[in-house]
Amino acid sequence: MSALITVTDLSIGWGAVRLLEHATFEVNRGDVFVIVGTSGSGKSTLLRCLIGLEHPQAGTITIEGVTASRLGVGPPGFGVMFQSGALLGSMTVGENLALQLTEWTKLPPEAVSAIVRAKLRLVGLEDAEDKLPAELSGGMKKRAAIARAMVLEPQLLFLDEPSAGLDPISAFEFDELITSLNRTLGLTVVMVSHELESIFAVASHCIMLDRESRSIIANGPPLTLRESSADPRVSAFFHRRSLPLEVTP
Amino acid sequence: MPAPEPPPTLQFTGTLSFAGTDALWAAVSAAAAKVGAGQRLDLDMTKVDEVDGGSMALLVALRADLHRRGAQSEFLGAGERVLQVISLYSGDVKPGPLPERRPIGLFDQVGRATLTLFDDFREVFGFVGDALVAMAGVLRHPRSVNWKDLWPTMEKTGADAVPIVVLINFLIGLVMGFQGAVQLQQFGANIYVADLVGLSITRELGPLMTAIIVAGRSGAAFAAEIGTMKVSEEIDALKTMGFGPMRFLVVPRTLAQMLVLPALTLIGDAVGLLGGLTVGLVSLDLTVTGYVQETIKTVDLWDIFSGVIKSVLFALVISLVACQQGLATTGGAEGVGRRTTSAVVSILFGLILVDACFTVFFHWVAS
Repeated sequence: MSALITVTDLSIGWGAVRLLEHATFEVNRGDVFVIVGTSGSGKSTLLRCLIGLEHPQAGTITIEGVTASRLGVGPPGFGVMFQSGALLGSMTVGENLALQLTEWTKLPPEAVSAIVRAKLRLVGLEDAEDKLPAELSGGMKKRAAIARAMVLEPQLLFLDEPSAGLDPISAFEFDELITSLNRTLGLTVVMVSHELESIFAVASHCIMLDRESRSIIANGPPLTLRESSADPRVSAFFHRRSLPLEVTP
Repeated sequence: MPAPEPPPTLQFTGTLSFAGTDALWAAVSAAAAKVGAGQRLDLDMTKVDEVDGGSMALLVALRADLHRRGAQSEFLGAGERVLQVISLYSGDVKPGPLPERRPIGLFDQVGRATLTLFDDFREVFGFVGDALVAMAGVLRHPRSVNWKDLWPTMEKTGADAVPIVVLINFLIGLVMGFQGAVQLQQFGANIYVADLVGLSITRELGPLMTAIIVAGRSGAAFAAEIGTMKVSEEIDALKTMGFGPMRFLVVPRTLAQMLVLPALTLIGDAVGLLGGLTVGLVSLDLTVTGYVQETIKTVDLWDIFSGVIKSVLFALVISLVACQQGLATTGGAEGVGRRTTSAVVSILFGLILVDACFTVFFHWVAS
């Protein structure tokens, strides 16, 4: 499989604070790639660097061979779903989805409406088109956000903690949706998560960040890491137990 | 040989619940205060049936305090359930020292405040530069602006503000008229109330009061709205969809403000003059014709136009400061409140500064 995203010698942080140093990894086309790690290890900041919202302190990120830079004006080549959904509160769900279509395509209004309805049906929200985000539950907001992220048919989706804060049934349905989008449409998904059930359900590959060593301490399929990692920090994370006190990294 | 005296203990009985912690704390603190270094005060839990977290937190804190003062103190005779609570609140481990909290020195505070001030200035100037570049970009690429927001923003900041602008400016004209009348009546110069009100309203008070009202309404609203969007990641979402916040949020609001504030200022001028006229008619026995003729004789078109020019600059100050503060918001609801307050204060300062500069400039031009 070819690499869609290549991260080389990346260092991230703010000012003198370094969260991650000299990180190198690749995301292959068609992967569901999960970034895991304990709180404060820099998962979300790494994601923000990948999508161009933060600038790395050092290193390079290339997406499809092109060096990623800060976001500018123009249609992005990927979709992003934020943890809270981040739907624009002053617009209806339908308007949220139509925004990019009207701005970045020359589709007539009836075609825009058709695409919006199809995307909402895909995520099970066909009845929510005229609702405001404030009228939706947390899970519905996330579904609407993933529909918005897919509206320009990107081949790459970034998801920030997609199943965090959802009830078990909604979380399961969300995992099913991600798997289905990955398998059926061939989308590459990069997501941040620390919901173990979701990770094992959807991830084909994952990396684990460590706050103490400011590095990637595991890289591979999640089941392999759980069963055969010799690193006690990785083992503790994937078996959901506390780290033995005598362990020194 | 007499038996050695057992060490003093505090004996607790029954249920220790959070509802009774004030009495419990008073009693145990008083007992602990008498214990010096090298002495001992144990906590006898033998007769305790139940203990909740709040009570245990206090007892554990008391034990830790005694240890830090060089005394000894342990929980004694606790049953299994009570032992679990003691363990949960770390009452069975050796207390560590309290974390040291160093006060921040005066020089540190001044230094940090100075750096923050420099950062703020850099941020504001950077933002104003970006905004002006974006506004210039509108001329080259008009389609790049979110025009859909322009009309609703004009309605919210303009049409909806008309009643309050009318009321305040009318009252200002009225107050100016009354204050002037009291003085001018002494010299039999009642008619000059029209001059006083006309000039002060059109040159200064009309534009300034209208801008202050708009700052309180729209400036605060812009800062709060954009600040809330920032903390709820909506701004980040806009960026990832390819919409720069400058062209999507800031430019439409600024243009809307620059279009409506001059109109509101003209309305404010008109009703301010009406306020002065009301005083002239009611308390100075002037006629409508006389008052209007005197106003026309005194107030020339430049007086009105200079106020309108000022209002365009005021609009720029209001929207740019409000949007900058909104986009700089961090830290959730508290941050939104802080930035909104800061926006209004900064706008008021900016308005007075711009007004003062204009007054000096116009005076210089006139002379």
